[in-house]
Amino acid sequence: MKKILLMGNPNVGKSVIFSRLTGVFVVASNYPGTTVEFVKGSMVFRGEKAELLDVPGTYTLRPTTKAEEVACEMLEEGDLVIDVVDATNLERNLNLTLELIECGVPMVVVLNMWDETKHRGITIDVERLEEYLGVPVVCTCGVTGEGIKKLVSRLEEAKPTVAKKRTSEGKWAEIGRIVRETQSLVHHHHTFAEILGDASVRPIFGLLMAGVIIYLAFKVVRFIGEWLVGLTESLFDSLWAPLMMKLSSLLGSGGFLHNILIGELLEGQIDFGQSFGLLTTGLFVPFAMVLPYVFSFYLILGLLEDSGYLPRLAVLVDNVTHRVGLHGFSSISMILGLGCNIPGALATRVLETKRERFIAVTLMAICVPCMAQIAMIIGLVGARGGGYLAAVFGPLFIVWGALGVVLNRILKGESMELFMEIPPYRFLYWGALVRKLGMRIRQFITTAIPLVLLGVLIVNILYTLRVIEFVGRITAPIVTGLLGLPKDVVSALIIGFLRKDVAVGMLAPLGLTSGQLVVACVVLTMYFPCVGTFAILLRELGIKDMLKSAGIMIISAMLVGGLLNLIFR
Amino acid sequence: MRPMDLIQMKVGQVGTVVEIQGGHGLIRRLQALGIRVGVRVIKVSSQIMRGPVTVQIGNARVAIGFGMARKIIVRA
Repeated sequence: MKKILLMGNPNVGKSVIFSRLTGVFVVASNYPGTTVEFVKGSMVFRGEKAELLDVPGTYTLRPTTKAEEVACEMLEEGDLVIDVVDATNLERNLNLTLELIECGVPMVVVLNMWDETKHRGITIDVERLEEYLGVPVVCTCGVTGEGIKKLVSRLEEAKPTVAKKRTSEGKWAEIGRIVRETQSLVHHHHTFAEILGDASVRPIFGLLMAGVIIYLAFKVVRFIGEWLVGLTESLFDSLWAPLMMKLSSLLGSGGFLHNILIGELLEGQIDFGQSFGLLTTGLFVPFAMVLPYVFSFYLILGLLEDSGYLPRLAVLVDNVTHRVGLHGFSSISMILGLGCNIPGALATRVLETKRERFIAVTLMAICVPCMAQIAMIIGLVGARGGGYLAAVFGPLFIVWGALGVVLNRILKGESMELFMEIPPYRFLYWGALVRKLGMRIRQFITTAIPLVLLGVLIVNILYTLRVIEFVGRITAPIVTGLLGLPKDVVSALIIGFLRKDVAVGMLAPLGLTSGQLVVACVVLTMYFPCVGTFAILLRELGIKDMLKSAGIMIISAMLVGGLLNLIFR
Repeated sequence: MRPMDLIQMKVGQVGTVVEIQGGHGLIRRLQALGIRVGVRVIKVSSQIMRGPVTVQIGNARVAIGFGMARKIIVRA
């Protein structure tokens, strides 16, 4: 099967074109580095099925980041390259285009974001450009789908070009000549988006704006989340509960199968938060408690991503993150990590050095709880009062900074400087936003829910086999002595490796004091990542660094947990 | 005008890059985003506490860390 590669600079719209060509939807956002791994899809080429690969964006074929390395390695396997170019930034984009032409691989150049050139007073003589480059040039607008048909039909014309090796200076001179002769600019007035865009990276106005945006984002996520939780809870209570009660009496209100499916009855009734059966708590936790928050978080995240605000935030916080050995872009990974640590950890691939990636993923795994866990903590700890919520998230925030400063001191090497393109603010396309949200929700349902159910199943089996009691007795010095928690919390720590939201849910029936609840939630967040994140960390860091990172996690969890225990005792 | 680095440049000022004080690696990295000797840049913003500088090159805005910005010399 022929392999077609979609290549180009970061944030030129490759993923959108990929979705258009294959019908496979992939996450696209308005900042460089959304795609860090390649994505495969298929399309028809010369009457045959061909594989289309969405390659991470790269500025040159001489990679400086892991994401760019992936891109360059893939070039060797490609039979045909679709080089996506941001038409509003012809000069910079042509660098990669010429490098690709030098490779001698058959290709087509796509001038994407063609619609924007008009607003910006740019005219490009496409025929002239085609002559200069010696390959077909097609104008498209990915978000509306304009020009995609033309692109498909002209793919056939792609043929290898004569490779002409040039020096770096020679290449820039040629780019200069091409741009001069094919592009003309008309002066245009600054648009409102441009003025706002520049204002949002000004120190004082920018920080004020960031404060307002972040505050609003959290408020809205909480508001929508809470409202949906109320809705789903009442649905469970009015529709699902009677059904489950019938099943419960059918199963004889007790016994092994009853315990697995329904769980324990509290005063003869099912308590969705505490019964811990597969069909009760196992469904209630993901659908009624977590999904509402996952939904509202990704809704707001999508707005921030597609508008182009996140890279501006990265610029504003760069001076702070620099103190913890990271540059500002890592803040985008951390924000993604708030949704789920897995995409968050993957997003660190745009950081240049191993040292930065180590610091970023370690800090994330320890201090950034995912939305599923946050939702459970809000449900459980929030019921005891807002102050206790602050007592959970406050220490995590402090540890993030303190641990970062320490890691930055003791790890060899220096942290890199921020160096990134800031995309313009873009209008939001509601269709794309809704589809992205839908995809993330589907991902949550298909990957998280089986694990939640497995977690609940394992809890029940472990309890039946009295394993928990045994482990509880062994770990008593740490769990009871150091952390001041009852033995039973050990079961939550075991399940926490599988799913942290289930683990937090397991604290509900234990009758903890508010202080104990805070300690347990903080320790659960910090001590170890969940299995999905662990697998990604292992792959990204390698076994040696993973062990180091895990050591830091366990030690800091014990330290902070012990300290909080002393405070709350 | 005397040459200066991107930090010393004032917001809104226009300048032409005359020198990049760094090794091959830095020059290549900067070049990838279109910053090279002879290119015209406009300073868009700077941040407090040694934060990054934002400049406009052609139609693109690029944020450059403090240390890196100090190595880019321009002439107004």
